[in-house]
Amino acid sequence: MKVRAQFAFVFNLDKCIGCHTCSVTCKNVWTNRKGVEYAWFNNVESKPGVGYPKQWENQDIWNGGWELKNGKLELKSGSRTNKLLNIFANPDMPEIDDYYEPFTYNYAHLKNAPLSEATPTARPISQITGESMEKITWGPNWEDDLAGEYHKRSKDKNMDNIQKEMYGQFENTFHMYLPRICNHCLNASCVAACPSGSIYKREEDGIVLVDQDKCRGWRMCVSSCPYKKVFYNWESGKAEKCVGCYPRVESGMPTVCSESCVGRIRYNGIMLYDADRIEEFASMEDTQDLYEAQRSIFLDPNDPEVIKAARAEGINEDWLDAARKSPIWKMVMDWKIAFPIHPEFRTLPMVWYVPPLSPVQSQIDQGNLPVGPDGAIPVAGAMRLPVQYLANLLTAGKEAPIESALNKLIAMRSYQRSIHVEGVVDTRAIDAAGLSEDQAKEMYRYLAIANYEDRFVIPTGHTEETLDDSFGFQGQNGFTFGNDTSHGVSKITLFPRRRKDTVEPKEEAPNS
Amino acid sequence: MNLHNFLYGVYPYVALSVFLLGSLLRFDREQYTWKSDSSQLLSKANMRLGSNLFHVGIIAIFFGHAVGLLTPHSWFQALGISDMAHQMVAIWAGSIFGVMCLIGGAILWVRRMFNARVSAASRGSDKFILSWLLITLILGLSTIPVSIGHANHDNPAVMIALAEWVQSIVYLHPDPSLLNGVDTIFKVHLFFGMTVFLVFPFTRMVHVWSAPFGYVKRPYQIVRSKRKFLKS
Repeated sequence: MKVRAQFAFVFNLDKCIGCHTCSVTCKNVWTNRKGVEYAWFNNVESKPGVGYPKQWENQDIWNGGWELKNGKLELKSGSRTNKLLNIFANPDMPEIDDYYEPFTYNYAHLKNAPLSEATPTARPISQITGESMEKITWGPNWEDDLAGEYHKRSKDKNMDNIQKEMYGQFENTFHMYLPRICNHCLNASCVAACPSGSIYKREEDGIVLVDQDKCRGWRMCVSSCPYKKVFYNWESGKAEKCVGCYPRVESGMPTVCSESCVGRIRYNGIMLYDADRIEEFASMEDTQDLYEAQRSIFLDPNDPEVIKAARAEGINEDWLDAARKSPIWKMVMDWKIAFPIHPEFRTLPMVWYVPPLSPVQSQIDQGNLPVGPDGAIPVAGAMRLPVQYLANLLTAGKEAPIESALNKLIAMRSYQRSIHVEGVVDTRAIDAAGLSEDQAKEMYRYLAIANYEDRFVIPTGHTEETLDDSFGFQGQNGFTFGNDTSHGVSKITLFPRRRKDTVEPKEEAPNS
Repeated sequence: MNLHNFLYGVYPYVALSVFLLGSLLRFDREQYTWKSDSSQLLSKANMRLGSNLFHVGIIAIFFGHAVGLLTPHSWFQALGISDMAHQMVAIWAGSIFGVMCLIGGAILWVRRMFNARVSAASRGSDKFILSWLLITLILGLSTIPVSIGHANHDNPAVMIALAEWVQSIVYLHPDPSLLNGVDTIFKVHLFFGMTVFLVFPFTRMVHVWSAPFGYVKRPYQIVRSKRKFLKS
């Protein structure tokens, strides 16, 4: 047993309202720079839809993630030699139009335009070429709230074994939001695909980072990540990805996307796992076993054997304590209501999702749908969202665990409804779902109330242990010297200088 | 010192020194700029054909030059390879890989210059180095008819003179007079070729140093530790 700690996430989709605050705060902090205008380390998709980049889930197109070849775990995109042979032109590389061409608008024209019959318009400008764009035809959230034609959106890979035509009917249509970040996988395929060995997993918290100095821009990580969460910075020529907000996390703060989430849907916490068994659990024969396999890689922080092994690995007491209080553990292990996204990619992702309930309230009110014993809360099978769709997204198509999770979420509501509306405790629903009253109360506290200190249980990074002189180091942060900070005054440079300015409209607005 | 002696006695050392020292300095001081600088994200069309033809061609040409010019004459004789056989191999291999490289390079050049996105994202040095490589290549290909002319007269003297001149440079006793009887087209090609080395450290060419052969032997997963006592 080799115990490692992982900084992990759960997103409660039941409460995501698709406001994109996570995306915007993330973008403002990390990707509002030249070369990554098109990159969203955090994005929120409307599902069903093809997503960002288009069809990212369809590995017949991108060859991302892993597969079993003769019982052995191999990258789906090919062997190491195969990667080197394709290094001059990566056949699986997405193009900028698969994401979208980044744009801004010539806002100043609205003020500068001469008096005319028609209202002046602010034309879009490409942030790559700086030229005016005729028409914007795709964006990072083009399918927002089911925008666009159904036959295009339903190319969503999760609709594969679902009767698409039926759900194209207006009265049968369904919808959910899917916020996505890097999954900081236990068996990351981007790390495995990097020819220069520049991507790595941090031993202390499992955050996956790209060493910007060591990256040579071979682009294999971009195509090998099945979630398409490694981006190519076309200005710097380096791969960039979600950094798990590690400077915040090291200080015990949640990631900026989690902190700013207005729906309080994001949970950050520590999970202990057995690093010796990654390959074994990622190599399950049947992809539908991967969800359970990943659950069994996690180690119980209350088990004396685990504690002993963790201490031997140098894991601190406050990390063990955090693992014991982890909201992730409760949802993944105790209540079994959270699931890994697309476990069939075999990367063992560490952002897990609570599936959304989608009651058809008007039909329930009219008595047209089956409801539970309380007469008000619908049953799992009578939701707007087909369980098969959620299963395709979260359990490689296995419906039973999803149905069980939905039943628990519904039962918790039914139980709370009986307390708060009827004033009489009714445990029939939670009994049927296999929850105790204590569990139902705790689920209510974590999911419905979702207090800050319950959502975020993050131990600090213990730099004092990894630095020789942490007091000496203290005064050195905050400043960068040498080549890093400014353009300098010299106009001449031997080696290519980083071009920092993003494309903005050349026309300036008049002073008001 | 006349221009000839400067270009073929001094310039090679200037180029090689800048090439080696410049590469070292850039790797040491500016590693963030050390990259292949792919533009595949911005335009994928024709990349598979163009980039593969160009790279396979240019790598073969590089090693063809290295082996053909640096191997001592006596070794070829010991191996039983006659001068005419050597020259025919050089002509054939040079033609095949040169044309591959030219087709690929032309595809990449058109893309680099006229694809709006790629062109806008390019630095001056990107456009310069690709154009310079293509001119050097075209000059190199233009020497082939001359070589065929020499071969038709059973005369390997020019080829041997070129190899001996390259070796005189490498063994640090430069002898520009070895090139006295060599056709002008070869000498122009030499100048353009040496200049590639001179500008190498200041362009995207530096990615050549980083060909990632180590990947073949590497374990898939990489974990970095900060804990000092766990470092193995």
